Amino acid sequence: MISWMAWTLPVAIFFSTIGIILVCMTAYELHSPCVERKGFLPISTTRGDRLFIGLLVSAYFHLMYVGLTDMSLWLPLGISVIWLAIVLRWG
Amino acid sequence: MIIKTENNKAWWLVLPVFLLVAFSAVIPLMTVVNYSVQDIFDQNNAYFVGVEWYREVLRDPRLHDSLLRQFIYSFSVLAIEIPLGIGVALMMPTQGRMGSLCLILLAIPLLIPWNVVGTIWQIFGRADIGLFGWALNAMGIDYNYASNTADAWATVLLMDVWHWTSLVALLCYSGLRAIPEAFYQAAEIDRASKWAVFRYIQLPRLKSVLVIGILLRFMDSFMIYTEPFVLTGGGPGNSTTFLSQTLTKMAIGQFDLGPAAAFSLIYFLIVLLVSWLFFTTITYMDKAK
Repeated sequence: MISWMAWTLPVAIFFSTIGIILVCMTAYELHSPCVERKGFLPISTTRGDRLFIGLLVSAYFHLMYVGLTDMSLWLPLGISVIWLAIVLRWG
Repeated sequence: MIIKTENNKAWWLVLPVFLLVAFSAVIPLMTVVNYSVQDIFDQNNAYFVGVEWYREVLRDPRLHDSLLRQFIYSFSVLAIEIPLGIGVALMMPTQGRMGSLCLILLAIPLLIPWNVVGTIWQIFGRADIGLFGWALNAMGIDYNYASNTADAWATVLLMDVWHWTSLVALLCYSGLRAIPEAFYQAAEIDRASKWAVFRYIQLPRLKSVLVIGILLRFMDSFMIYTEPFVLTGGGPGNSTTFLSQTLTKMAIGQFDLGPAAAFSLIYFLIVLLVSWLFFTTITYMDKAK
């Protein structure tokens, strides 16, 4: 039924991770609703805003890395995970 | 301080929209991501290639040129249409039959479909049978949008200005009508000049509608396809080939589904970033009020 979607394992892992993050964030939000605050980012943000900014910056960072180098993607992936943690905690 | 939300049941009301978006946007997006990492020949012959298509697309000079052209085009559209729209709105009669007539006249270009606008300008700009092209040539200006890059650009821009300035003008007109009369009376008591009234009363009050106008015009011009396709076919050469046209050529013309999918996702990320920037600006302006 879903063969037309031409699924591959890496893409399935990618979307599963995004899905798990969203479910966890929703559960966390229900458990303790967040209050907008200002960290090192120039605007005050909610938890969801920080997640979105973190993911968007990570996507652009990956594009830049792929466009400029031929190296493996593990390095930008690692940096993105660290960046996401930093922006969620202190952003 | 942690504030607990007492009742979250209203979220269930979002479920239909969520399902609709999942069906119409999320599932197609997932498919595009899958396509972007494979070399697809047919339904049974697809080979995983990793980020190869992204690499190819990001290093393709044709796409760099097309992206650059797209940004130049979108910013030119904004640079012309926003001031012109404000100017038209300021000059429009505020009441009476003339006011209604202006509103109707301004709304007409907005009702014309894109391909018809392209066809109108394609004929209008021709030197042999089009009034615009014929008039320019009669004045001694060597104008030919089919062979001259500058003429093609000028015509594509002029066409967009003709089609969409009305939208900005109508938005600004509604913004201007919402300014209470007391503001103008206070300005009159202070003997404020027309410029001061514009600068300190009208323009700040137009901020919200202008942000919406800029967002709409940017997004619309950033995805422009039909009008230049009908008018110039992307030419002369590739001089008026914008992003969506390059993408269509790649996906439908050459049937390069992998690179086209990678390109679509990069396009999507650009649109996502710009939309988010506008959304944040609007939200901040509302909070500042």
